Order: sequence, then structure tokens, then C-alpha cells
Amino acid sequence: MIGDLALDQAGTATRDRPAAVIVEDLHKSFGPIEVLKGVSLRAAQGEVVSILGSSGSGKSTLLRCLNLLETPGRGAITIGDETLRFAPDRKGRLQRPDRKQVERLRRSAAMVFQSFNLWSHMTILENVIEAPVHVLKRPRLECVAEAEALLAKVGLAERRHYYPAHLSGGQQQRAAIARALAMHPKVLLFDEPTSALDPELVGEVLRVMRSLADEGRTMLVVTHEMAFARDVSSRVLFVHDGRVEEEGAPAAIFANPKSERLRQFLSRTRTAG
Amino acid sequence: MDIAFLADVFRRLLSGLPLTLKLAGTSVALGLLIALALATTLQGGRPLFVWLIRGFVAAFRGTPLLAQIFLIYYGLGQFRPFLQDIGLWSFFREPFWCAILALTLNTSAYGTEIIRGGLQSVPLGQIEAARACGMSPWLVYRRITLPIALRQALPSYGNEIILMIKGTSLTSIVTLTEVTGIAEQIISQTYRAIEVFACASAIYLALNFIVTRLIGWLERRLSPHLRTAPNLMPSSSPRGASA
Amino acid sequence: MISSSLFEVLSFGAGGWGAALLKAALTTTALSIAGFAAGAVLGGLAAFARLSGGALGAALADGYGTLFRGVPDLLTIYLLYFGGSVGLTVVSHWLGGQGFVGLPAFATGVAALAIISGAYQAEVYRGAYLAIHRGELEAARAFGMPHPTMLRRIIAPQLLRYALPGLGNVWQLVLKDSALVSVTGLVELMRQAQVGAGSTRQPFVFYCSAAALYLIIALLTGALFRRAERRSLRGVRIA
Ligand SMILES: Nc1ncnc2c1ncn2[C@@H]1O[C@H](COP(=O)(O)OP(=O)(O)OP(=O)(O)O)[C@@H](O)[C@H]1O
Ligand SMILES: [Mg+2]
Repeated sequence: MIGDLALDQAGTATRDRPAAVIVEDLHKSFGPIEVLKGVSLRAAQGEVVSILGSSGSGKSTLLRCLNLLETPGRGAITIGDETLRFAPDRKGRLQRPDRKQVERLRRSAAMVFQSFNLWSHMTILENVIEAPVHVLKRPRLECVAEAEALLAKVGLAERRHYYPAHLSGGQQQRAAIARALAMHPKVLLFDEPTSALDPELVGEVLRVMRSLADEGRTMLVVTHEMAFARDVSSRVLFVHDGRVEEEGAPAAIFANPKSERLRQFLSRTRTAG
Repeated sequence: MDIAFLADVFRRLLSGLPLTLKLAGTSVALGLLIALALATTLQGGRPLFVWLIRGFVAAFRGTPLLAQIFLIYYGLGQFRPFLQDIGLWSFFREPFWCAILALTLNTSAYGTEIIRGGLQSVPLGQIEAARACGMSPWLVYRRITLPIALRQALPSYGNEIILMIKGTSLTSIVTLTEVTGIAEQIISQTYRAIEVFACASAIYLALNFIVTRLIGWLERRLSPHLRTAPNLMPSSSPRGASA
Repeated sequence: MISSSLFEVLSFGAGGWGAALLKAALTTTALSIAGFAAGAVLGGLAAFARLSGGALGAALADGYGTLFRGVPDLLTIYLLYFGGSVGLTVVSHWLGGQGFVGLPAFATGVAALAIISGAYQAEVYRGAYLAIHRGELEAARAFGMPHPTMLRRIIAPQLLRYALPGLGNVWQLVLKDSALVSVTGLVELMRQAQVGAGSTRQPFVFYCSAAALYLIIALLTGALFRRAERRSLRGVRIA
């Protein structure tokens, strides 16, 4: 696995590997405003896909649709071997997908939020074992052992009995990552995981994410961290106005952007960063 | 100061304390259960239930407790033949049960409102995080929303318990001889209002003090995440104090 | 049986209780308003004492609040009703009077409601004062505003804005507490319902009517308070 990934980072195509996530022609509207206007993407197993785009372009909405925190209006989502299709009913209204299927799909797509969203009434160890115990119904002791290993991996072994309120932002986000990993998801979804952090705390979270990439985990990462997108991801997607405007290997995307918008976006972030 | 008189008054008032406690304890416990059920149903958002519950809450919060007690004790007496037919008369004939019913309904209306407020204060992000790992709505409610809401509602619920203890005094008007009822008897016999008031208020203030302390203790126990100092004690079990 | 005589019993004509109930509702309203207003004075004084009255004043105000918020309101009413009469009798004996002197029921009710609601209002005013932005007071001082002007132009309006929601709650409490004054024999809404229930043997009808009237008063006055709140919030968003 790890050997393969090195190839990915060198820019080798991963198309021939089985897909972990397939999104086909995804549409999403909030009232009259169409936010996603037909997004398609494919992430192979072990791929790290960075999603770039300016504010309001629909990145969060895309990620939230993948976890079905938002119900898409049209399109299809496949994660692992579970496929959900969406189409408006005859009156043009959203159709609620089957709840059991939604819950199954969510178990395989773990989400890491910009604002951590750890459960405030539980210690971080309890946060990590909560879903494995109550959703996956695994034995508690086994979950605790695994959770301790995960927390050690993100550097929080000592703090496992702390409550979220007593941790720094960076520590909370690392705990949230451990919580996501505990589900053994097929894909990890990150929505700007470092945007709510003080600059000096960004590094520790990115380091953890890098090590996950090195393990060959499938990750979709919405980010404004250009260095992370360039160095860690196997592919970069540029979203503009609800569509994938450009996509490719990081080297190509950053070295010679094709679309005018991506050029503008990159020059803006470069001068800003 | 007439110490002997005070001591006598105090002793007589204390004989009403068990009844006061029984009335308050029963109605607060039953009221909490009803309030939980109603607030949960409100959360479900079915329009018919929502309107019914809102009506119930508005009616019981908008009218005097005394009117509610009278309505149940005297008012339902108007339907005595009917109540006898369906076998409920032995319940509604007793001032004690009528008082329990009125106090319970009253506190459940306020409690519904308190718990609803707690439920609404739960940060959406934490609920989304629970949904995002595939929890069913009921599991999200039971494991995440409700525990956070109850901890949030605890101080207000403490106030409600104190209000209920005070509320039990109204049952003396329907002949129950709890603390206030006895106080009234003594005053109207002796006309020594100030001394009797002093003794009775000492009892009620002591009760309030105990309740406040208990709630504070419960709050600290159930909210380690709100304590300022980090909790370094490795807990023996990884379970939080569950609600 | 009930539905046929319902309209008769509650009618406004001769033999009907409609007019009596409405009049009693007015008494209830007047009693509550007077008690609430007098309570505002007491509460304001207590809040002032707690904020700037020195150690003794603060302790007294604190004790007043703890006592009357913690003791059943009915007990407070008994204290005033019996205690007041005894006091008055003693005074009249000094002045050469004889026998037992009863206190006017309405005044007793107002005093009781004032003492009870004053304890709650003190908390509201104190909270509101503490909520006023220190900076605004300092700004006013920096402009060289004289103290009374500052009180009138800056503190009072702000105080009211922060206090209104709490005062609305205390008002509802006073309105419902006024029913307890019925034990003194004052013919307010609750007492009138008792009288009607006794003489017609239709208690359900009377207590329901009384409850409905309380609810109506509560809803109407509640709407007034909300309107006042909206008014007092004008300009807040712009500021
Ligand atoms: N629940 C909602 N209701 C209505 N509009 C929404 C909702 N959520 C998002 N939008 C709108 O959809 C558009 C895309 O939002 P989205 O959060 O996906 O942007 P984004 O690319 O993540 O931006 P950012 O970089 O600022 O996080 C925005 O115009 C936003 O206002
Ligand atoms: Mg976003």
C-alpha cells in the first residue's frame, strides 16, 4: 500500500485502482439557489483528493452531500459498494432517501468538521468509542483498546480523559480525527480542518493528516492549505460556482493552471499566503 | 421572645413536613417524566402534537395554580355521577390525589418549557457530528442531545423544584395539613403571626437550601466538562455519568 | 344539563354571573397592577441597596430577597393579613379604640403582592444595571453629562431595556399570585368564582371561566410587554 502511494505522489495515474468514492452529476439547491450544478468526481482507494475553491463555491456543500448531511437534489453517490441515487419526484420535490441506507453510507464516510464538533459532555476517549460501541455495536473493551491506540497515534494518549473544553483547538481537531478513524471508514472527509485554528496549531493537525495519507487512506480534503494540497494530495480539484472547473495532479495544477479562474485563484492565495 | 411558644410552634409545623415533602417529591418526579415525554414529542415536530402540547403548556402556565387545584378538586365534583360510573370517584374525592394531580400537571407544563429550552441550546454541530457517523435519530437524541440538554436545564429545573415546594402550600386551601396549613391554623388561633411566620419560613428556607445544594452537587457531578480545571483523574470506567 | 344552563349561569342579565365575574376580573387586574407598581418601588430600593447601600443595606436587601422568594407566597399573605390586623388593633388600642380592627382587604393584598414581587423585581433591576455597558456610562461622563441627566438619559432607558423581559415574568407571577389574596376574603376573580360555584352548584363552570379570564389577562398583558420590549430594542441593532 505505502509503496503504491509513493507512486501516486510521483504523479502516476491511479485510475485502474478500485474506486472508493464516485460522485456522478451531483446537484444541490437551497431554495432557488443552485449551489452544486452537476459535480462528478472519482477517488480511487488510497487517493488523497484536495478540493480547492473560493469562498461560497460549494465545497462544504459537496462534502456535506457526500455524508448526506445535505440531501442532494439529483445525481448519485457511491461509497464502497453502497450507491445512493437522487432524483426529484414528479412534483420536483426532494425525495428522502431510505434512512437505513443513509446510515450505512454515513458509517463508511467519516467527517471531520471545521469546528471539531466533539461531544462536549464526553471525554475524548468516550467521544472516540461512542459510535463504534453504539452504531457498529462492537464490544466496548475492544473499542477502548483501539481508541487508546488511535489517540496515541494523534498524540493524545495522555489526554484521553480530558473533556473537549479543556483542550486546545489543535488537540480537539486531532481528537476529532481519531473519532473519525475509529469508524474504520472507507473515506475520510475533511472540511477545512485547520481553518478554525490559530496559526501555530495548524502544523500539528496537518502532520497527523500527512501520516494518514502515508498510510494509504482515502481522503477528500477541502482546504486552503496550498502546501498540503501540493505536497500530500494525489489529485487536486478546483471547484468554481458549483462545478469542477479543473482537476489534475498537483504538480500540473499548480505549475500550469489551464483556466483563467484557477490562475486568478492561485495568484490570490499566493499573494495572501 | 417566648421560647416555649416558638418551640411548640416549630414542633407542630414539623409534623406537616412529611406531607409537604410527599406532595413536592411525587409531583416533581411525575412532572419530570411527563415533561420529558412532552418536550421530546415537541422535538418530533408533528403539528397536531405540537399544538396540543403548546396549548397544554400555555394553559397551565397562564393560570393560577390555585385555580387549577380548585378546578380539579371542586370543579370535577360537578361530574360526580359520571366519575362514579367510571370508577374514578375514589381518586377525585381525595384532596390529596387532586392536589398531586394539579401540582404534577402544573410542574410538567413548566418543566416541558425548561427542557425544550435545553434541547434548543444543544449546538447543532454536535448533533450533525452524531448524524455524520450514522447514528439513528433516536440514538442521537438519547446519547447526545438529551444528556447535553438536561445538564443545560438543570439550574432552571432546580428553581422549578423550589417553586413546587412553595406551591404545595396551596393544598392547605383544600384542607391538606401540610406546613403552611398548620401555620395558618396556629395563626388564626393565637394571632401571633410573626412568630409563626418566622418558624414556618425557617423550615421552607432550610428546604430550599437543601434543594439548592443538591442541585449544585448534581450539576458538578454531571458536568465535569464545565468544570474549569482539567479532570486528570483516570475514571474507572470510560462511561460518562449517563442521564 | 350543563350546556343548557351554561349560558344562563354566565349571562349578563339578572341571575347571571357574567357581570360579576368581569368585575372581579377588573379587581384582579387593579390589584395586580397596584401590587406590581408598589413592588417596583420596593424592588428598586432593594436593588439600589444591594448595589450601593453599604454593607448593612446590602445585607438587609439580600435577606429580604432570600426570605420572600423562598417562602410560600401564601404564607406571606397570612403574615400580612393576620399580622397587619393585630398591629392595627394594637395601634387603635393605644389611641383608645376598642375591639379588633380588620385591615382593608385590598390594601393587604397590594402590600403582600408588593413585598413578594419586590423581592423578584430587585433581582431584575440589579441584573439589568449590571448588564448596562460600563463604556456607555463612561462615555456619558466623558461628555461632562451631569449626574441626574445621565440617570435620566442614559441609565434609565437602558435599565428598562434590559429589565423588561424579567419584569414581564414578574408581572405574570403577580397576576397569578393575586388569586391567593382570595383567602383574605377580597372579592377578586378567584373569590368570585368560589362564590358563584357555591351558590349555583356548578363549580366546574365557574373555575373554568375564572381560569379562562386569567389566561386572557395573561395573554393580553403579555402581548403588551412584548410590544414594549420591541420598542425598547429600537436602535439596538443600528447602534
Ligand atoms: N443551509 C443553507 N441554506 C442556504 N444556503 C446555503 C446553505 N448552506 C450553504 N449555502 C450557500 O451555498 C453556497 C455554497 O456554500 P458552501 O458552504 O458550500 O461554500 P464553501 O465553498 O464551503 O465556502 P467557504 O470556503 O466559505 O467555506 C453559499 O452561497 C452559501 O451561502
Ligand atoms: Mg466551507
